Amino acid sequence: MKQERTSKVKGLLKVLALVVPFLLNVNAFASPAETPGAGHDSVAAVSGNAEVAAAPEAHAAEAAHGEEKAGDVIMHHILDSNVYSFEPFGEIVLPKIVIGGFDISITKHVVTLWVVSAIVLIVFTIIGGKYKKMSPKTAPKGFVNAMETLVEFIRLDVAKANIGPGYEKYLPYLLTVFMFVLLCNVLGLVPYGATATGNINVTLTLATFTFFITQVAALKAHGIKGYLAHLTGGTHPALWIIMIPIEFIGLFTKPVALTIRLFANMTAGHIVILSLIFISFILNSYIVAVAMSVPFSIFIYLLEIFVAFLQAYIFTMLSALFIGLASAHEEHGDHEPGAAHH
Amino acid sequence: MEGLGLGFLGAGIGAGLAVIGAGLGIGNVAASAAEGVARQPEATADIRTTMIIAAALIEGVALFGEVICVLLALK
Repeated sequence: MKQERTSKVKGLLKVLALVVPFLLNVNAFASPAETPGAGHDSVAAVSGNAEVAAAPEAHAAEAAHGEEKAGDVIMHHILDSNVYSFEPFGEIVLPKIVIGGFDISITKHVVTLWVVSAIVLIVFTIIGGKYKKMSPKTAPKGFVNAMETLVEFIRLDVAKANIGPGYEKYLPYLLTVFMFVLLCNVLGLVPYGATATGNINVTLTLATFTFFITQVAALKAHGIKGYLAHLTGGTHPALWIIMIPIEFIGLFTKPVALTIRLFANMTAGHIVILSLIFISFILNSYIVAVAMSVPFSIFIYLLEIFVAFLQAYIFTMLSALFIGLASAHEEHGDHEPGAAHH
Repeated sequence: MEGLGLGFLGAGIGAGLAVIGAGLGIGNVAASAAEGVARQPEATADIRTTMIIAAALIEGVALFGEVICVLLALK
């Protein structure tokens, strides 16, 4: 029994190790979408600065100036850029690559994605190797044990609970996406780290994976006929003109909601921390700094550590839930009985 | 200038309204979940999962609103 489980976990880790480079590649492909956006943002930021800079001159005074600086610093922290800065020690200017009109230069967030992929790959390769050497009777120790807890948590409480029988097929994806999102989130809280999941292109790429896996799961479970029948909601043909657009839009709202949720959560936390820090600079007061900025930003920072885990969990869990809903055979709890027999 | 000021005001009010909606919604979810757990402690795990999913969906809608407000404020 124990051996069986160990071999299962071992197989999982192997697949995980195989999937990660794929993810890495796709993230490299994701960069064309990434950088034009960043370019627009920086252009927008520059023009915005010009407006804001013009405004305080007409009006009054230092407060507006402080706000402008705070806004600049926050935007610089949130947005992607071609410079990876290690503030007091200098900065690395990353190469700008443009091929066929697509800006696929390696930006700060792309570097972060590669670092995350490398960490996940190395950690799970090592752990997989340890499982190979381990005799079935000994329990794993230390870090391996901690990772086993996470893997088992995703396997039992997320995949098995939401997808049901046949969940093993989707487990590698769910595990990979959980570890990847978790590490991206946590790396944003480390000094000199960037929050790659605070970039909407990254979260959109991840949600697109979930979308395609969900559709393939639905097609496999119901066949092309059942898949199309599902789009009608099982209603009378007279209602199809309403039902089909609604169900069709419903297909796309799920990944969009996943995208926005992760992106907004990770971005909002960083904005809140920096705003709290900058309150003391805007008000120019030590009392505010000691009584408010420091304790509140530490509190939000601790909350952010929790949010990093929670959002990774929610992303994985909703992915599992969507796959489970798409591939469910009999129980359509939230549909009317007419929809059940396809 | 007047229009720009009104835009910022709209963004602020919109953000507040979205938070009120999300707060009411998640509050309702949490209250019902606490009640459910108190009545049926053995169903805690199921209730927690359902609660997190519902809260995440509510939060998602609220975040759509917040993103629109941020876009308004940055434009």
